[in-house]
Amino acid sequence: MTRAVPLSRILILALYLILTACGGTPGAGDAASAPQTAIENKGSDTMVNLALAWAEAYQGQHAEVRLSVTGGGSGTGIAAMINGTVDIANASRAIKSEEREKAQANGIEPVEFVVARDAIAIIVNPANPVNQLSLPQLSAIYRGEITNWNQVGGEDRPIVLLSRETNSGTHVFFLENVVRLAEKDNKDLFSPDTLLMPSSEGIGAEVRQNPNAIGYDGLGYVTSDMKTLAVAEADGGPYVLPTIATVDDKSYPIARDLYMYTRGQPAGQVKAYMDWVLSPEAQKIVAQLGFVPVKQ
Amino acid sequence: MKQQNIWLERLIESSIRAAGYSAILFVGLILLFLLREGLPALAEVTPEAFFSARWYPIESHFGLLPLIGGSLLVTLGAAFIAVPFGLAAAIFIAEVAPRWVREILKPLIEVLGGLPSVVLGFMGMLVLAPFIRVSLDTPTGLTAFTGSLLLAGMALPTLVSVAEDALDAVPKSYRDAALALGATQWQTIWRVTLPAARSGVLTAVMLGIGRAIGETMTVMMVTGNAARIPSGLGALFLPVRTMTATIAAEMGEVANGSAHYHVLFTIGIVLFLISFVVNFTASSVVFQQKKRAQRLLS
Repeated sequence: MTRAVPLSRILILALYLILTACGGTPGAGDAASAPQTAIENKGSDTMVNLALAWAEAYQGQHAEVRLSVTGGGSGTGIAAMINGTVDIANASRAIKSEEREKAQANGIEPVEFVVARDAIAIIVNPANPVNQLSLPQLSAIYRGEITNWNQVGGEDRPIVLLSRETNSGTHVFFLENVVRLAEKDNKDLFSPDTLLMPSSEGIGAEVRQNPNAIGYDGLGYVTSDMKTLAVAEADGGPYVLPTIATVDDKSYPIARDLYMYTRGQPAGQVKAYMDWVLSPEAQKIVAQLGFVPVKQ
Repeated sequence: MKQQNIWLERLIESSIRAAGYSAILFVGLILLFLLREGLPALAEVTPEAFFSARWYPIESHFGLLPLIGGSLLVTLGAAFIAVPFGLAAAIFIAEVAPRWVREILKPLIEVLGGLPSVVLGFMGMLVLAPFIRVSLDTPTGLTAFTGSLLLAGMALPTLVSVAEDALDAVPKSYRDAALALGATQWQTIWRVTLPAARSGVLTAVMLGIGRAIGETMTVMMVTGNAARIPSGLGALFLPVRTMTATIAAEMGEVANGSAHYHVLFTIGIVLFLISFVVNFTASSVVFQQKKRAQRLLS
């Protein structure tokens, strides 16, 4: 006849097992592999594919470094760097003076590296007959003053404005350089009817199937099923399509630098990585992904 | 032996009591956290600023009216679609359908309830929005109406399940009495069964609405996120921005402790209050019903 094990014995045994399992050292199993440095890289969604491609290429050559790349927007990356939780922040816009002050208050001096250049493409549905717009027209459109495509030479259709969310560096860049026409004291805002899409794919999905839509995004995110407009600095001026050539010779008016910010002057593995990022090998990856390499 | 039983009994009783009270504790702690992080906003932002019509936090425009209006519009729209549809489905399953249809329909509705909200949002963005733009001739398919449709789809399984259980719980004697008095089946359902199950059905509606107002990913992907105060019925076919989508989209970028951070928690407090009011109203009605029934039967 079997005797049932008392409940108290089972509980004590379970407690013992849990405590011994918790006490084990996690590093013991990794003793065989070489000590790895972890570099945290966070920020711009515009740059996230580029940063991932760089990380993969670099890790392939340097097994002792582990790079983790996350998106979340330029604002998120810089905020994380200010809080001291990441080593490198990716940003598709320059750090603001308030952010720099907050960082310095935390004892962190952000160091800026221009790692690539990007053009903001204005995209519309392929069925849209409009081919070109000037910056003043774009500003009026995105401020809600021009509301119908027939006011800029298109069909009689309402204009549907698409934009990235406010945490996006692309959004802030567009606000300062297109909506406000790079005028420092200009306080104009996007029209309240602007649709703020949570991702580039959201803008792409809407532009692809809605002939009323107009949107903007980095050149690397434009696909062949969208139509890119030629942009002129002023009405009647030379209308230029965004390409690597037109960004390099500065003839395309909506272009920007892409930045990486480190906590203080980089040292050790972070410095080695930043040096590699500015090398011709890494800049070739920049071109492959549709951005513009930094001229050496 | 007896000592061991008493010790075990006390242990189980106290664990169950702790588990019960912990629900109140967790809700209280969440409310305290929200208040701690959200109330500083009242010091940093003047109260009138909250009532402005512009939500643009990166330039310190903190008008909450477009967000509250957006959430309410989408939730009310979802309620108007889900409540009649869901009640009709619940009545069909509980009263009209033959047994074998019930056995198939109930599990299928549970499966519909298990669908992740992101999947629904994705489908809405790629399939439903273009369809609405073309068929209703709106400038864009990303509207409050699209959001309401998807939210109704998400609230429906909960609504149907709970309402069907409530209708099922009505004693058979009620229906028998009505039929004996010469009522048709529909008259029985509409005038006897449904009023008798009123409290359960109301709970079902409240649970469905509660799910709809708290939904984040779906509305973020299909309502367009344009912060404009909805005005007039036409606003249903224009883009809106809900409170939940705002918190989800912006919480990642805020610097810890900034005014924007505190305002986002204020939005959280508003959401909490709305859910609280909805649930409180529902439960007070339900408890009122019970008391009256107890009085009648005693």
